[in-house]
Order: sequence, then structure tokens, then C-alpha cells
Amino acid sequence: MAKFTTKPNELSKINLIPPQTEWMDTPVEIKEHMFCHPAKIKDLETVGFPNAREWKPTEEDWKLPDNWERTILEGMQSLLKKYRSFSLFMDICVRCGACADKCHFFIGSGDPKNMPVLRAELMRSVYRGNFTLAGKILKKISGARDLTVNVLKEWWYYFYQCTECRRCSVFCPYGIDQAEITMMGRELLNLLGLNIGWIAGPVAACYMKGNHLGLEPHTIKSSIDLFVDDIETITGIKITPSFNRKGAEILFVTPSGDLFANPGTYTAMGYLMLFHELGLDYTWSTYASEGGNFGFFTTNEMAKRLNSKIYAEAKRLGVKWILGGECGHMWRVLSQYMDTWNGPADFLEVPVSPITGTKFENTRATKMVHISEFTADLIKNGKLKLDKSRNDHLKVTFHDSCNTSRGMGLLEEPRYVLKNVCNHFYEMPENTIREKTFCCGSGTGLNASENMELRMRGGFPRANAVKHVHDKHGVNMLANICAIDRATLSASMDYWVPGVAVAGTTELVANALVMKGEIERTLDIRLEPLPGKEASEEVN
Amino acid sequence: MSLKDLLLEKRAAILKRWLDAIYQTYPAETSIFLQKQKDQFANPVGYTLAQGTEAILDGLLSGADTESATPFIDSIMRIRAVQEGAPSRALVFIFLLKGIIRELLGQSLLERHLAEEMALLESAIDALALRAFDSFVKYREKIYDLKANETKNMTYRLLQQARLLVEIPGEYQDDEENTSDKSKPKEVAK
Repeated sequence: MAKFTTKPNELSKINLIPPQTEWMDTPVEIKEHMFCHPAKIKDLETVGFPNAREWKPTEEDWKLPDNWERTILEGMQSLLKKYRSFSLFMDICVRCGACADKCHFFIGSGDPKNMPVLRAELMRSVYRGNFTLAGKILKKISGARDLTVNVLKEWWYYFYQCTECRRCSVFCPYGIDQAEITMMGRELLNLLGLNIGWIAGPVAACYMKGNHLGLEPHTIKSSIDLFVDDIETITGIKITPSFNRKGAEILFVTPSGDLFANPGTYTAMGYLMLFHELGLDYTWSTYASEGGNFGFFTTNEMAKRLNSKIYAEAKRLGVKWILGGECGHMWRVLSQYMDTWNGPADFLEVPVSPITGTKFENTRATKMVHISEFTADLIKNGKLKLDKSRNDHLKVTFHDSCNTSRGMGLLEEPRYVLKNVCNHFYEMPENTIREKTFCCGSGTGLNASENMELRMRGGFPRANAVKHVHDKHGVNMLANICAIDRATLSASMDYWVPGVAVAGTTELVANALVMKGEIERTLDIRLEPLPGKEASEEVN
Repeated sequence: MSLKDLLLEKRAAILKRWLDAIYQTYPAETSIFLQKQKDQFANPVGYTLAQGTEAILDGLLSGADTESATPFIDSIMRIRAVQEGAPSRALVFIFLLKGIIRELLGQSLLERHLAEEMALLESAIDALALRAFDSFVKYREKIYDLKANETKNMTYRLLQQARLLVEIPGEYQDDEENTSDKSKPKEVAK
């Protein structure tokens, strides 16, 4: 009788069993579709980043500069000295494992080096080996190792498999912030020119033109003109937004992605409609034309440089305060870094809504208000006429973006807005929303297309929770307040939960917004027929 | 006792061994996590594997046709297609079942002269494997679709603005929509 076995590697000659070696002895395998293309030379040179060159991640020779080890170790020493948080995070982890299974990339990929604790160990091991006495003497016994080319490759591969979402830090009893470790890792990699194109390109464009897409003033204006035409088709109302207008009360800043990529464009149309209806004295800027900040995914200094234009433009135009659109990492930067980097914004006033009189005390330092806070306040004070039934064809759930939830505690406002503009709203399970929200899987500049498999792995935990409410309640719209979410969750839904579309919260506000003098609406913001509204038209 | 009765008797053991063998295709730390974390939202991969294998096995035992197993195969392959680039590795979970059944029932199969029934069962498992291969290819193709669609969505407005893409009003609207924006929730609106 033939001998049958359950051992998978005897089933055929295919090796199905993963390496059984310890992580430190398992060399990194750089796999296609898991990484983004390297940065282009011209983009790195534009912003003065060192060691720009042609190199390929899958080739053995990364053409590293001479003395690269010294560059990294000196860089590490400098960062340890500069940031006490980094120094603490290198020392205090007790490897309890509370974070291990909280990362969306680990959950979706099953790769142990995506466990936050292990991703951090990639760097801690080098820290121990070079900066601690125990590590220098005991070497591997104390979890220390030398910095080698393979270690460096491992850093590059895995620090670009972390979206700095900070979900793991919610569960860490010591509050270790893995995002900060990834940030330090990326700073160090940048010293050797090891950046990715999807980040370096937008950074260079933003540095030269003011926004990630590299849109020049006339292009921004003509793009918004197209929105204005569409809005007129939908509402019969002609909107005339202003650009770079000195003396406006409010400067409006939003991610440039929403000016071009669908479905973000519909959110941008929503802003235009809302502000017009309110008669808001505001202006767009074609210079501070980017709320997002991909510099944040390179070095602290670069992020600061790119951010500086927002206050500079507010000062130049002489506005009283700044209103910001829907974005994730943009708000982490604005809420937690901008004041320290480029403040104090003492030339601005503490924001007061001209419509409700509400003073946004929470923005006393930054003078910048989030569109969801602004809109929730309008609704709370009964300042908007809303026809929720225009969203009746939608069963909506809300995805908290990592940065607005964990980075600034913005949890209730978007929900309040959505519940006031939609009749059908359903929450995803508790351990997947609010401060425990799962990342879209494509943040921190990982929203390229060449790494789609990585993105789908990382996006699975979020999509799985969406699938649950899709199956249970028929949810067909995933609302959010983040431009990267809008750009990337569409692909994730298309793969994991077909039948669920993605929208910015302000798009749904605009759908429901009853504007003075508008024609009877038969189209939604996407110029699609509004279900039910056509029928009532026929009956009438 | 028929093969079906034997299988029903050993159902729990077969299922456990099958899942364990699938978990073994993941690194050791991951394998522990996939088995131990029972929350379907904290461990969607483990949950999908557990639910899927149980449904597929029960389908086999009840003699259901391959089509009824399709949703469960799809759920698993959707994950495996992004976790494993090679079809051999992605599909192996189906083939593992054959060896496990033979190992658990080995002696009984001989004693009870069930070779013929076993061959039929193995053919049914092969049919599932073919279905899984279809599924694997479908999802790999989907990944390439996603890449293409993203590029399309990113450039649509640019083309529109450059007058390289002009909307034709009126009766041609449907055709024009089909070439433009995939993100519009058409299914949603109906």
C-alpha cells in the first residue's frame, strides 16, 4: 500500500514549508509586487537628498556609497541624541507581544517580520550591537547584530511595509510608537538615497510647485472650473470660487489628489457647493495647494520645509484663519507638528465660524479647523438645509482614517455629519473602528500600483470588516475623510468587497445639501441619476 | 460501513488535520496566531480558512456539486492569490486533503474494499482543485485590472482637461460612461 502523508513537502517537490530558522538567520527575500520602484535621481536632487543614483531592489548590488555603514551609524547616533522618544523606544520594549498581531500587514500577509515588535527589532538589533555595552559584549545572545548589506536591505523592504498607522501603539503597554521607529528607519535610508519613487516624486513636485501632483496655478484653476461646470449641471447654480484672494477671511487647504483623482474629485465638488451655499468669505490658494505632506514620509526636515508654505501663504493673503479639507496624514502633520515646526501662527486669529459664531478653541495653537468639525458645527446649529433622502440609495459605513482617529482624536464629528446626511448608517465591528481602526493598507506613500499585492494584503483586515456590514446590512458605500483612503480603498473594495463604493464625507453632504435657488436634483454629485428622484419626477 | 460513514465518523479529525497542514505552510509564529486568535476581525485569514475548509469538507461529505463550494474556495483563493505568487503554493491546500484522508482511513479503506469509492472522492477533490485554479487566475487577473483602473482614474481628469477626452452628451452617455469612471457606484445606484 502506498504511504500517504500529511506532510505538505512530501506531496510534491514544491517546498511549501517556510524557513524554520530564527528571524535573524532568515535573510530577507525581496519579492516583486511587494515594493515600490526606487526614487528617480532628479527627484532626490531637486530637494538635495544625498546619494541619488540608479539602482534596483532585486539586484544584488545596490550601488551603496563608500562608508555607508558609517553614514547609517552616525545618522542613528544623531537621531538617538535628537529624539528622546527614539532612544526610549530602542530600550524599553520587553517583547510582550501585545502588538504582534495588531498590524494589518501581519494579519494580511502572515509574514512575521510585519509584526510590529519584530519590525522594530530589525533596528533594535543594530542599536544593541553598536550602542549598548551588553550588545557589544554578548552579541547575538542579547539580541544584537552587526549592520550588514542584508540587514540594510531588510530595513528598506520592511520599513516600506509599514504605513505608520500606529494601531500597534494603541495596544503597547509602554506606548511604544512603531510609526516613530519606521520614521527613523526611513530617515536613515534616505541618507543612502534609498527612497521610493512614489514618495520622492510628490515631494519634489510639492517643493517646486506647491503640491504633490506638480499642478501649476492655471491647471488648478481649470480643474476647479470643470467642477464648477459639473455643479451647474447638477444644481443649476454657477459657483465662482476665488483664488489667491488677499483679504479673504479664510484660506482653504486640501490635498491636491482630490483635484484630479476620482472619487476624490466629488469631495472637492462638495467643498465648493457647501462654501457657496454658506456664502463663505474664503479663497483657494494655488501656492499652498497641498494639504498633504509626503515629506513626512522622508525626513523631519523635509516635512517641515513642505509644511512651511501653509502659514506663509496665510500670512501673505492676510486671512484670519485656515480651514482644511479631508485628509489623513495631512491632519497628523497639522495637528501635531505644524505649530512646533513653523508656528507660532500669532498673525492669525483663533478660528470662529462666521456662520454659527462658534469659536474653535481646540485649534487655538494651529488656527486650522477640520472640515468635519466645521460641518458638524453647522449642522448642530441648524444652518444647513439637508434632504437626507437623496442618499437613500446608499447604505453607509465609516472608515476612520488612522491619522485623524489616532493622531487627533477626531471620532465623533464625521459620524455626526454622516448620520445627518444619510438615513442608513451602520458601524463596522468595534475592534476595527475609531482608535482601533484598520489602515487602508496603502498610507505613508505606499499607494503606488506596482506594489498592489502588498496593498491588498494590508487592506484585507479593513475590507474584511466592510464585508461583514456589506453582508449583514447591505452596506454599499464606504465613507471616509482621507484622500489616500479615497484613492486606495476603491481598489481594495474592488478586490475584496465588490459592490461597495468609496466616498468622501463631504460628497455625501453635498448630495443632501439643499441649495438656495437650485433646480430639482435628479443627479448626484457623480452625475449619476439619483434613484427615486427620477421616479418622483415622472409621477409629478 | 460506506466511505461516507467512515468520513463522517472522522470528520472532526480530518478537519483538524487539514487545517493544521494548511497552517504549516505559514511561518511558525504566524501558524500559532492563525490557530489561536478566534476573533474573525482580528484574524480574518484564520477565520476564512477555518470556515472555508469546514464548508468544503461538508460539501464533499454530502455529495454536493463543486459549484456549491465555489464561494468558499473563492474566499480562500482571494487571500492566497495575494499571499502567494505561485499557483502551486496557493492551491496546495486542496491537495493536502487527499493525503490526510488516506492517512486517517488507510487501513479501513483496505479492509472494507473502499478503493473505488475513494477514487471517486479523490476525483471530486481534483474537481475542487480545478475550480480553485480558476479562482486563482481570476484574482491574479483582478490585481492587474486594479492597476490599470487606478491609472485610468488618476488620468481621467487630465485627459478631460487637455480636451483629449470629450464627453458626448445625450443618447451616447452610456457608452461614454463605460470608458471613463469605474469608481462610480453603478451597482449601488440600482
